[in-house]
Amino acid sequence: MRQRNRFVTGAAALLLWMALGGMPGESMGEDQPAAVNTFNRLMKPKSERNLPPPQDGIHDPANPGTGLLQPPKEAFANMEPLSAGNYVNWVESLKKKRITPRYDRLDPNAEAVVFDLDIVREVKGSMPDVVYPHDRHTQWLDCSNCHPDIFVPEKGKNQISMAQILMGQKCGVCHGKVAFPVSECRLCHSKKKGAAPAAAAAPASQEDAAKAAPKRAK
Amino acid sequence: MNTLSKKTWRTGVALLLLSSLCVLESQPAQAEYGDVVINNQSDAAGMRPAIFPHWFHRIRFRCKVCHADLGFKFKAGGNQISMLKIIDGEFCGACHNGEVAWSVENCDVCHSGKPGTPTQVHGNTVQKLIGGGADKPAEKKQ
Ligand code: HEC
Ligand code: HEC
Ligand code: HEC
Repeated sequence: MRQRNRFVTGAAALLLWMALGGMPGESMGEDQPAAVNTFNRLMKPKSERNLPPPQDGIHDPANPGTGLLQPPKEAFANMEPLSAGNYVNWVESLKKKRITPRYDRLDPNAEAVVFDLDIVREVKGSMPDVVYPHDRHTQWLDCSNCHPDIFVPEKGKNQISMAQILMGQKCGVCHGKVAFPVSECRLCHSKKKGAAPAAAAAPASQEDAAKAAPKRAK
Repeated sequence: MNTLSKKTWRTGVALLLLSSLCVLESQPAQAEYGDVVINNQSDAAGMRPAIFPHWFHRIRFRCKVCHADLGFKFKAGGNQISMLKIIDGEFCGACHNGEVAWSVENCDVCHSGKPGTPTQVHGNTVQKLIGGGADKPAEKKQ
């Protein structure tokens, strides 16, 4: 009998929980705001970013190995933040040595061959001009990753449009896939229109421009 | 590019930007931006799809190591990776050999995807714009 009572209490508690909106979309209580009218409907709450593998929707929670994988939040805890992509500012994190990725598969001390040249692309319309910083890219990549397949290494020879980028071509080969997406407009559109040329090629982020090309950096 | 296709492009961008606003963040799956699901053969072979945590690896290696030295092409599912190649030291096997990183016997650490998940870079812009698995495994077969 006591057991039965416990069952009834449990069932009642469950019903109450559901009535209070425990199951989104199912709450019909008259005095409750409808669950469909949440404050942020499309913007993902911070708590749902970078979920651990068993909850991220693509890993199989039933797979034993899934539990061994590192949750991204743990790895990102000490990194410089960004408001899109995987919410990590990788360039700044590297600069501040929050991470020390190897430049060679085996040699942890190999240093990147950095090429420092800013390319300014004037754009039509109201958006500020685009500065492409070679230095921040060669910290990570090799010239052969981009030249000549993605970009012809000659000024004025590359037609680039936002449409192409959105569709995964040109800058979009990486940006929007593994590097920050196009929502971060200002990181690329960083040079005020009509500003004095050359010296004013302001870098995208908080970096100083005064540097000599090519150089070695850690 | 001629004028017509330019105009088409421009209309395309406008439409895409609009539609992106609608689907933004409404994907059911919330995996890490940059997790690469590789499922050209896994489903058919009865294995879970392999998932390559791109963000995890770039904490440890620069792009150049994999995409220049090891020859990984910038294309999810575009490298014709097989277990034989891995065991012979190519692709993932250049590191997952018991020396640089743990070895191939840990099948389920790599083969950790939900069965049927298409080959893709998770959360990428094209996927968000067009929806679903923009890169379907079937398209990748050769
Ligand atoms: C350049 C070397 C390198 C290559 C190439 C490489 N890995 Fe790794 N991988 C590592 C290292 C180093 C670790 C960390 C090992 C450890 O924790 O002991 C790792 C860890 C992992 C992890 C576990 C992540 C975690 O949460 O702990 C997975 C999964 C993985 N690799 C899958 C792959 C797959 C799939 C491929 C091929 C598509 C691949 N790796 C190619 C070096 C590499
Ligand atoms: C380092 C990561 C990694 C490990 C560990 C690993 N695999 Fe794979 N495996 C892959 C990748 C990547 C592919 C290509 C996936 C695809 O195209 O569907 C693959 C493909 C396969 C395939 C289908 C293609 C083929 O070559 O037959 C089978 C079957 C397979 N793996 C079995 C295994 C088994 C069994 C183990 C454990 C002994 C294992 N794998 C361990 C990464 C790994
Ligand atoms: C440890 C190895 C490794 C490192 C380091 C690495 N990648 Fe990758 N990358 C891969 C693998 C593996 C794939 C998936 C290839 C496949 O599915 O066959 C990939 C896929 C990609 C893709 C394809 C996306 C698509 O849409 O298909 C791009 C772009 C890319 N990487 C860029 C980069 C950039 C930029 C960096 C440095 C910031 C980098 N990668 C660092 C291994 C690596």
